Amino acid sequence: MAFYVVQFLTGLASAASLFLVASGLSIIFGVTRIVNFAHGAFYMIGAYIAFTLTERLSGAFGFWGGIVLAALAVALIGVIVEMVLLRRIYHAPELFQLLATFGLTLMVEDLVVLIWGPDDLVGRRAPGFKGAIDFFGQNIPSYDLFLIVLGPVVLGILWLLFQRTRWGVLVRAATQDRDMVAALGVNQKWLFTSVFAVGVFLAALGGALQIPRDAVHHAMDLRIIVEVFVVVVIGGLGSIVGAFVAAVLVSELNAFGILIFPKISIILVFLVMAVVLIVRPWGLFGKPEAPARKTPGLTVNPWRPLTSNERLAALAALVIAATLPLFAGNYLLTVGSEIAIFVIFAVSLHFLMSVGGLASFGHAAYFGLGAYGIAFLAKMAGLPMIVCLLLGPLLGCMGAAVFGFFAVQLSGVYFAMLTLAFAQIVWSIAFQWVSVTGGDNGILGVWPPSWAASPSHFYWLALGIAALVTIALRAMVFSPFGYALRATRDSLLRSEAIGIDAKRIQWTAFVIAGTTAGIGGALFAYLKGSVFPDNLGISLSVDALVMVLLGGVETVSGAVIGAIVYKALNIWLVSQTDLSKLVLGGFIMLIVVVFPKGIVGMLEMLAQRRKKASPPGSPLLAKPIESAE
Amino acid sequence: MSVAPPLLAVEGLTKSYGGIHAVRGVSFSLRAGEILALIGPNGAGKSTCFDMLNGQNKPDTGHVRLLGEEITGRKPREVWRLGVGRTFQITATFATMTVRENVQVALISHGKQLFNLFGSAPKFDRGEAGRLLELVGMGGYADRPCGELAYGDLKRLELAVALANQPKLLLMDEPTAGMAPRERVDLMRLTAQIAREKSIGVLFTEHDMDVVFEHADRIIVLNRGALIAEGSPAEVRGNPQVQAVYLGEGLVYDARHRDGASA
Repeated sequence: MAFYVVQFLTGLASAASLFLVASGLSIIFGVTRIVNFAHGAFYMIGAYIAFTLTERLSGAFGFWGGIVLAALAVALIGVIVEMVLLRRIYHAPELFQLLATFGLTLMVEDLVVLIWGPDDLVGRRAPGFKGAIDFFGQNIPSYDLFLIVLGPVVLGILWLLFQRTRWGVLVRAATQDRDMVAALGVNQKWLFTSVFAVGVFLAALGGALQIPRDAVHHAMDLRIIVEVFVVVVIGGLGSIVGAFVAAVLVSELNAFGILIFPKISIILVFLVMAVVLIVRPWGLFGKPEAPARKTPGLTVNPWRPLTSNERLAALAALVIAATLPLFAGNYLLTVGSEIAIFVIFAVSLHFLMSVGGLASFGHAAYFGLGAYGIAFLAKMAGLPMIVCLLLGPLLGCMGAAVFGFFAVQLSGVYFAMLTLAFAQIVWSIAFQWVSVTGGDNGILGVWPPSWAASPSHFYWLALGIAALVTIALRAMVFSPFGYALRATRDSLLRSEAIGIDAKRIQWTAFVIAGTTAGIGGALFAYLKGSVFPDNLGISLSVDALVMVLLGGVETVSGAVIGAIVYKALNIWLVSQTDLSKLVLGGFIMLIVVVFPKGIVGMLEMLAQRRKKASPPGSPLLAKPIESAE
Repeated sequence: MSVAPPLLAVEGLTKSYGGIHAVRGVSFSLRAGEILALIGPNGAGKSTCFDMLNGQNKPDTGHVRLLGEEITGRKPREVWRLGVGRTFQITATFATMTVRENVQVALISHGKQLFNLFGSAPKFDRGEAGRLLELVGMGGYADRPCGELAYGDLKRLELAVALANQPKLLLMDEPTAGMAPRERVDLMRLTAQIAREKSIGVLFTEHDMDVVFEHADRIIVLNRGALIAEGSPAEVRGNPQVQAVYLGEGLVYDARHRDGASA
């Protein structure tokens, strides 16, 4: 019995830090509508700076002062980030903000290693809380008790801040309707900056307070950010009480999950999240997201099929790409194959995201399922490659059918979070079900047969399939189904009112996108000759998002260009520098700020501008009904 | 008259939110080709009533029948398939698509081609889409992005979209809200003309009494969720109860017909 009580208290102590970070994220989202991916990075910097300060400053005052000072310093960094980066992109589509903060995360990961080195750093114990308390023969660290008390105290302070201060009233008002608050003469700029600073302060404090419990290391950002997303989604975005309750829930699930279901402990939390989202799509304490006001003048060029000249140009580009084996070496051909595979992956997400308006944050799940499908079929069933390539993506298709059914019940940020959770579930299964998937060691020896084994043959195969997939998906954009899908993206209300079953349309799109991603994954397994859990991990999902946004989310098939540029740059950077994340992160941020419409979107805009400059007059002048009167 | 059921029959419709009775036992009916106005002050329950007719909202009790067939509580898309088109108080259109594509989506849905993955949508029923747009006076706008349209044009586009499945019944929630006076008259004249030509029943809610009295064949008046009057424009105008309700809003009715809105 005492053991369980101690386990419960340990869970509560873990919840404190999680709550601090999650409440920060929640507050920032509530007001600015930015899902701050860099929140984990701020948490990590908080821990690193606190480590340095507590090592330098001596005594109890030095330790606690160092913790608070570290959080304040990171809050200052947050203010700079908000003023320099985020202020420029508040009016960009919400995914761009996520992308920008992701770029920041990448940079921070490299910077932290540059400054503090790659090794784990073990911090000081907290003065006054060094010992442990005996509880019926079980030890509880006294620092844990401190954290258990701290959580509710911070919750109380935040509550007072929001209920009893003028600033708090403004923040709550802005959470409900920020346009209205601006219309009432509140200086939004500083409100946003201050909210961001408070949110970042909480994240950094959460990180700093962790140092007596855990070593500081350079991967702690991604680990916490996934957990924080889960907490915020379960609790309800924008709700601080929700963040607290969910932090406790998640921490307890972790603490007891390990005892009860050691095999599936990782999945447990994500299962709970999926259930909560399906039963209460806005989280336990959240409110349905009010539809954002449309920014006037934000019209997109209507999509149209390629003209015959453009078709010829695309064909010419394909032919040129096909001549690569004539002059390129094996390494370059392998790179080419990988890029072709990522084109498949990117266009599959693009279809879901741009055409369907459903931004999946876990698209790698279906890519990876396709890869594992191949590994099972080729290694265990020993089927020939052609059969494998036809059947392998079916696993991606089935995964997408099951998860997609639940995911399309939601939309927007919550859809993104649920897809992320599903991808994590799949990843956990691949990681933990060692007897079938080989766990971390993966499945090795998935090689193509001799006819496809040479780099040039494989390149042609990959290129051909990539071209087919791109053409097929593009044709679908201009098919009746594509129109229906775009209709559900533009207005659910209107599509339902003209007989469209939006959920079924979206589900179909999800399955199409998942199956296509599975094709990419299947080829990838053959290219690498192996399959690992990383093939369905978060970073791969984020890669796909970056490729789509880089190409231009408002374009018909910008993802092709986005995939080529991003993947080529990525591979080249990794070969050239140890600081590839730093460069890549900077590059992503630059793209977001300077070319928010992506590469293809920008080119289209330039072409449009040139066209508009020539023919004068517009159809605006002829209004039939008015002239009829 | 024959014993054929009316186009739309509403019987004892009731809806409460918590302790608030938004709609209380509302019954009325509508014939084919008839234009019926549903009026009442703010908060009378017009929109709630309206949303229950095509399944946007579920009534607590009561029945809605279309040509005798029970459609109470059906989903909006099912009601549409039975021939009920609707426009919204705040226009709902597909902003990133062109005007023609907006209509084509409705035609695709009507033709049950929604899951056709490899056909050509730009060519789908192009002629019919053009005809519908001509009908509402939007023929010259077919290739314009819908997001660029002025509000009055959006309302007309919605009408074209609502007509795409050759509806028997049109539900129009404040069809002229947010429009200039001249545009209002034009739109309602157009609607009335189409309704009479194609024998479509039209039910609309409206705040502009000029529009109501000029175009409605019959008017029903809702106040605090209950039906308080029903009849021809002249009867409703002379009804003391209706006058009492509306005097609170500061509107004065005189017997003279006020023709033409102030331009």
